[in-house]
Formats: sequence, structure tokens, C-alpha cells
Amino acid sequence: MAKITLSKLRHSYLSTPKSDSDYALKEIDLDWTDGGAYALLGPSGCGKSTLLNIISGLLVPSEGQILFDGQDVTALPPDQRNIAQVFQFPVIYDTMTVYDNLAFPLRNRGRDEATVHQRVMAIAEMLEVTEMLEQKAAGLSPDNKQKISMGRGLVREDVNVVMFDEPLTVIDPHLKWKLRSKLKELHQRVKATMIYVTHDQTEALTFADQVVVMQLGEVVQIGTPVELFERPAHTFVGHFIGSPGMNILPCELQHGAAVFADQQIALEGPIQGAADGQTEIGIRPEFVSLADHGLPATVTKVSDIGRHTVVECEAGGCRINAVTEGAAPEKGSAVHLAFRQDMTRLYVDGWLATAPANATGEQGAA
Amino acid sequence: MKTENQKAWFFVLPVLALVAFNALIPMMTVVNYSVQETFGDNVFFWQGLDWFQQILRSDRFHAALGRQFMFTFLILIIEVPLGIAIALSMPRKGFWVPVCLVLMALPMLIPWNVVGAMWNIFTLPDIGLLGYFLNHMLGISYDMTQDPVAAWVTIVTMDVWHWTSLVVLLSYAGLVSIPDAYYQAAKIDGASNWAVFRFIQLPKMKTVLTIAILLRFMDSFNIYTEPFVLTGGGPGNSTTLLSIDLVKIALGQFDLGPAAAMSLIYFAITLLVSWLFYTLMTKDDLN
Repeated sequence: MAKITLSKLRHSYLSTPKSDSDYALKEIDLDWTDGGAYALLGPSGCGKSTLLNIISGLLVPSEGQILFDGQDVTALPPDQRNIAQVFQFPVIYDTMTVYDNLAFPLRNRGRDEATVHQRVMAIAEMLEVTEMLEQKAAGLSPDNKQKISMGRGLVREDVNVVMFDEPLTVIDPHLKWKLRSKLKELHQRVKATMIYVTHDQTEALTFADQVVVMQLGEVVQIGTPVELFERPAHTFVGHFIGSPGMNILPCELQHGAAVFADQQIALEGPIQGAADGQTEIGIRPEFVSLADHGLPATVTKVSDIGRHTVVECEAGGCRINAVTEGAAPEKGSAVHLAFRQDMTRLYVDGWLATAPANATGEQGAA
Repeated sequence: MKTENQKAWFFVLPVLALVAFNALIPMMTVVNYSVQETFGDNVFFWQGLDWFQQILRSDRFHAALGRQFMFTFLILIIEVPLGIAIALSMPRKGFWVPVCLVLMALPMLIPWNVVGAMWNIFTLPDIGLLGYFLNHMLGISYDMTQDPVAAWVTIVTMDVWHWTSLVVLLSYAGLVSIPDAYYQAAKIDGASNWAVFRFIQLPKMKTVLTIAILLRFMDSFNIYTEPFVLTGGGPGNSTTLLSIDLVKIALGQFDLGPAAAMSLIYFAITLLVSWLFYTLMTKDDLN
């Protein structure tokens, strides 16, 4: 187990990258503490698998270093890094039994059979596959195959980090839940650092203590699920996480106050730094409510999604979603929208520019 | 109970007719010959299983059958490992892939009798490229019209040259279907190159290899044209394989009865070996 440090990491799949856009990863500095459960979250093509392959050693970065406990491992091949990786499609050795599959990484490293047996039995018990040990691995169902490939990662007791590359993609929905909670449980038992790559926010938010959100080869925000939800550092995080995502409304600044559709909108607190650039207000639909006065808007669509209703409105040429409970207005009706002040943020060029007001801040509608 | 619609059988009729005319009826005439004796003029005498007994007890048949198994064994033991080795060393992607594939396919596109003629000329001791080189430049005495060993070396080499590509192409198809994740997982598991071959590549190639071996077995067991053009079965009888011997009996000596019996035995052996091999190879998949 080790602390993993990524220092000034850059990677390009081209041999002579010229501009910034030639890089699949742009300058990444990250620390993963020992024993943490991390998720790497981002849309397809954001560079999260590239980052994972660099940590595992399947890919050598164009620039920068990877340190395990302060030791430079950038040039080491995967088998010398002592890491484990679980892939999107379960990788199992078809011709071997489940037992031999689990024993494979240990036997390759020349452990004696007694140690192998003890470790395999321990892992099999943890994964609840003990009764399958004598079976040929080829005949297993996809979720059991994926369990076995996880087991091959966990069977080495000294593994530095276990990485999961969208491991639940091929698993049936009703088994996804089971396997996901199994993973969480495993993390608590083996206490290894785990990195979980996914583009599914539910998976990321349920598995990880810390979520790293990536976009276009950059880390946009690192935080707990609550932080990502409540204070997205970037508009991308705002609309990527949450369903529906954050409302992003272009606004103007007049004397330090945000103005949208000729209405002054109260922000959570003071604006930090020079706000010269494209300014936008960000507020989550959960904190927009229908009120007697406030921003005038027209209802364009109402969707009942079960526990609550999403009311889609139009104001100042923008679409604004509000999540409400109880009776929803008719489509086409005129309403007023109220924003909860302590949840209303200002973004400049996409980045968060407001700081929370002192102490608890004012609660209440604008 | 649902009544089943039997009309679909009508769709099978054309195929049945076709198979009857190109396989069943010609084969029945062979069966007909194999149990009778004829002296021409369409006069037949019932012979029972005499011809079969005669063939099965004849030293000549045993010798030809032995040579046939020897030939098939030799070419399989060379072509299969060689084909796998070549497929493993071929590039997986990039500019050289189509180049390799075309080069590999070339020998298979040449007609059988042309291959025989090519190798015949190639190995002539005085004017053939290989024959001249071996005899006059290296001083190795090599003449397949005189020396049985030279004749065997030549027909085996010729078959390897002609058909290894088939094993290569089929193995290669099996190899490229293995996802990268398998190799990456093996790297992380610390597997050696041998373990990667043994536990990933070979199992993934198993199905195509089974077919490759089956095709090579049937083709080489029934081979006629190439050795006929190359050596004509000689020197002496040293390269007289089953099919060459069969043609000698049927068309050379005009012994239609024994030849027909021999064809049927020959056919039965090919069928039996193919069936045994295929059943053994696919036994695991059924469980």
C-alpha cells in the first residue's frame, strides 16, 4: 500500500505534440493518499483511462513523474509496480479453474503453494466464490467472472493500488448494485488504495470518498460527493453531476451584482478576484422554487420523475429547471422562480468566483 | 399440441437433388463396383466382400497407407507449429499487416499442378535453381528421381511451402480477436511470455486451429496432384501415396473392383480420423 503522487504529468499519443490540444492529459498534479477510495469521473474521451493506464504502467507518460511513496516508478513496467487492475470486460483465463485463476498472480511471483492456498481461500471467502473454486472459469456468468478478475487483483497482499476501469459495464443492472456494495465492503476490509474509473455519476458517488472529475484531459475538481454537488468548482461539474444538472445562466455584472433578464439575482457571497470574462450564474434545480414573486418565467415542460417533479421553465431566453414536490403548474403557465441565495453561485469563464458569505449566510428566497 | 407445418421440407428438396447427383449417385456406382467383378461389356459377377478382404490383406495397400500417414504426420508436425510461430510474429496493426497477409496468401492461390511443376523444375539437378545450387555449388548430392530421401524431403517441403499459410491465416485471425485487456491483465499478473501463449493465445486460437488441422489433415491425406506431378510416386514406390496407388490400380491396371473397394476404405479412414479428432477437440466445449 502506498501513497501515489502524480507530478506535472502530461501525455500525448502523438510523437511530437505541438499545441495544447494534442495532449490527452494536460498537466496533472495529484496526490492519492494511502487507503483511499477514489473515483475518476468524466465523459468518454476525457483522459481518465489514459491516466489509469499511466498509473498502472501500461502507458509511459510523455512528461512528468509518478511516485509511489516518494519513489519514482515512471519507467517501471506494470508487474514491478505491484498494482492490480480490473478491466471493463472481465479478463479470466478460460482454461484454468477458478482456483488457478486466483492463484495465477501469486504463482507467477514464485510464492510457495502453502501461501498461495491460504491467500486464495481468504480471497474466495471474501468474494463468496468458495464453492466455485474447482469449476472451470470459462463457464461462469459475467458478474462472477468480474469477481474473479477482482480477486486476482486482491490476492496479492502487498498490492499498492487496485484500479477499476468501468468494471460494471457488462454486468446486469440488478447485479450492479450487489457488486458495487461488495466493492465498497472489500475496500473497508483490505484497506488498499482503490481508484475507480467511470462515466456513471451514481457509481462514482456511491463508491468513492473522493471524486476526481475530469474534462478534456484536465482535472476540474476533486472533492467529496457532497462538495461536488453543493459547490461545483466549474460549470462542467455542475451540469455533469446531478440529474438534471445545474442551471447555468449567462448574466451581467452591474456594480458587483449579478443581473439576469433584467432581474438582480442575489449571490451567496462576495465575488473573488477580477470578474472580467464570461459571467454565469449557477444554481442547482433542487434550490430553485416556484414562488409568488421573483424571476418571471414560463413553464415549457413538466416531467414527473417519481419522488418529485422537474418543472422546465423559460426565462430570458434560457432554460431553467426547478425540482418541486407536490402540485406542479400547467405547461404554458406564467410563474415566478426563487433561487436559494446560499446556493446561488457566480462562475467566471466557467470557474467558481464566489465565496460563501460569512458564518452561516442568509437563508431564504431572493 | 401445436400442429407442425411440414411444408418447409420442400425447400430442402433442391439441395437434396443436387447432393444426390453430385455425391450420392456417383458414390453408389463405386459401391456397385466394389462388390462385383466385370470383364467389360457391362457383364457383372457378384463378388461379395472379396475385394475388401483382398485390399485389407494386401501388403501394397499397407505400405501405401503407411506412407500416407507418414506424409500427413510430417506435414502437420511442421506446418502447425510453424504456422503458429509465423502468426505470432506478424504485426497486429499498421502498414505491414496487409503486406504480410497478401504475401501469406500467395502460395495458396497457385493451382496444385502448377505447384508440382514449379517444384519439379526448381529441383532439377542440372538446371533447377535449387537442384543446381545444392549439387554444383554446395556439392551435396541431391536428385529426387534417384534418391527416396530427397524425394520425401521435396514433397514435404513443397507442401509446407504451399499450405503453411492456411495455418498462419487462421491462427492470425484467432490472435487478432484477443482484446488488449487480456495482454494488459497478464502483464499486471506478472505472466511470462510462455504463460501468455499457453493460457491466453493458445486457448483463443483453439477453435480456428482445430479447423486448420482438420482441413490440413483431409487435404494432405487425399493429396494427389502435387506429388503426382513432382515425383509420379517414385523413385520406385517410395512416394506412392494412397491416392496415387488408387489411380494406378483403377486406371493403370483397370482393376475396377479392388479400386472401388480401396476408395471406400480410404474414404472411411479419412472420415473416421476427422470425426475422432473433431470430437476429441470439442469435447470440453460441450460440458
